[in-house]
Amino acid sequence: MNELIRFERVTCRYGRDPVLVNVDLAVAEGDFLGIVGPSGSGKTTLLRAIAGTVDPIAGRIVRTDAAVGYVPQVETVNWYFPVTVREAVLMARIGGRIVPWSSGEDVAAADAMLERLGLGGLGGRHIRELSGGQQQRVFVARALLRRPRLLLLDEPTSGVDVRTRHDVMHLIHELHHDGLAIVLTTHDLNGIAAHLPRLVCLNREVIAEGTPREVIRPDVLERTYGAPLEVLQHGGMPVVVEHYPEVEAVSNVVALREEHHEHRA
Amino acid sequence: MNIARSLATAFDPLHYAFFRHALVVATIAGALCGLVGVYVVLRGMSYIGHGLSHAIFGGAVASYALEINFYLGAGLWGLVSALLITKVARRRTIGADAAIGVVTSASFAVGVAIISVIGSFTRNFEAALFGNVLGVTMSDVLVVAGVGVFAASVVFFQYRELLFATFDPEVAEVSGVRTGRVDTLLALVLSATITATMNVMGVTLIAATLVIPPVTARLLTDSFHRMLWISTATGAACGLVGVYLSYYLDWSSGASVVLTSAVVFVVAFVISGFRHRRLPATAADVH
Repeated sequence: MNELIRFERVTCRYGRDPVLVNVDLAVAEGDFLGIVGPSGSGKTTLLRAIAGTVDPIAGRIVRTDAAVGYVPQVETVNWYFPVTVREAVLMARIGGRIVPWSSGEDVAAADAMLERLGLGGLGGRHIRELSGGQQQRVFVARALLRRPRLLLLDEPTSGVDVRTRHDVMHLIHELHHDGLAIVLTTHDLNGIAAHLPRLVCLNREVIAEGTPREVIRPDVLERTYGAPLEVLQHGGMPVVVEHYPEVEAVSNVVALREEHHEHRA
Repeated sequence: MNIARSLATAFDPLHYAFFRHALVVATIAGALCGLVGVYVVLRGMSYIGHGLSHAIFGGAVASYALEINFYLGAGLWGLVSALLITKVARRRTIGADAAIGVVTSASFAVGVAIISVIGSFTRNFEAALFGNVLGVTMSDVLVVAGVGVFAASVVFFQYRELLFATFDPEVAEVSGVRTGRVDTLLALVLSATITATMNVMGVTLIAATLVIPPVTARLLTDSFHRMLWISTATGAACGLVGVYLSYYLDWSSGASVVLTSAVVFVVAFVISGFRHRRLPATAADVH
């Protein structure tokens, strides 16, 4: 497989604080890579460095001239901005045209992309009038209109319900099946990360890299998240169990009270 | 007979050259501020018009003290202030509103300090503060028209880059938009707009002409390109009608333009309120 991008001991920082330290990473054509780690671990910075908007202060990033598509977190989008779905998608067609209006060819390409992603007929709607899954698809459509070979998605399922998460992941798997290399970040270890072919556990530095079975392990997760996490095996898949002692203590008290009332009755 | 008399009364002010200049300059200035204001409002920097006009006032005083051309000195001063605001606002710990407050207040203070040193400053002082649309000369008209053509050209030829960088600067940069260059260009257009229209609208009222037409347009449309058209047309119409009304009502022309804009905003607010009441809740509302 041809490598699209390779990080060699890359260090990035904002101000004085290093956000990524000595990161080694390679993404090749057809790869499907998930990046997991706690908040502030450098996941988004890693995506930005891959996209080329953050420069390393040390190390080297070797990249090909392959186009990169970037899908931001939908939570960062200004939903009151006056753009229709078609206008948002057509932003990808930047340059090559002096006049402000889009060519018929560009509009047809945008409409075809919307149709392909199940948004046919919604081009004239304001972006805020769509459901969560449809909104995510609009930004995937915008990224795909650049004909990228590498698609970067920053927490594509954050803040959406289970059904929408399933729809979004189904779409991403389809795109990967069509030959697109994918790198995404996620906080969802059980719903997303465990189902990806390859994971990187990140906490400023790469803690571990491999298949979910190789990296979703208590010792790796403790080093990544700084807290003990239990991992069970269910149908050959690792399942992370989170414990909340305070909640469990309250639940136990409630259960004991209910038991006590039943006994008195 | 009454209609003829009414028409004669309506056209009466047009007999005066100064009033014709005032109408032309107020219409162009209104359109210009309406156009540029769309980007100002959508970038969440509505306060920048107010702040930058104060900053440019400092530049105007400095130009007077150094005996250099007003438009050149004040325009450059405004550009540097706008670039400083953009740079300071990028620090996430500060934010755009605080950056505007720091840079423009300091710049205004420089102007006040220069006045206190040189002892007097009377040249167009009232015009700069409150606007004097009826005192504009042909050269003022040409300057405002020139800046109008410049701003329209930037918006026309950089339409996609400006839109993308305003909506989603991070992805715009990934997609090949040089957002730093776009921000600088917008700062240049904004400072030129404020410098050119300062004598027309005045430091104290210019912010309203940058903000009211775009927010009125935003109430009436969900499309970006329609917002540009509606905001520009609203600004132009309010400039024209406001100056016309000021003749008959004997009000300050700047205040008349701003109050006309405010009335149009209220009408748009009521209309959009009725429109939204009849529409179902959007998906984003039920997240």
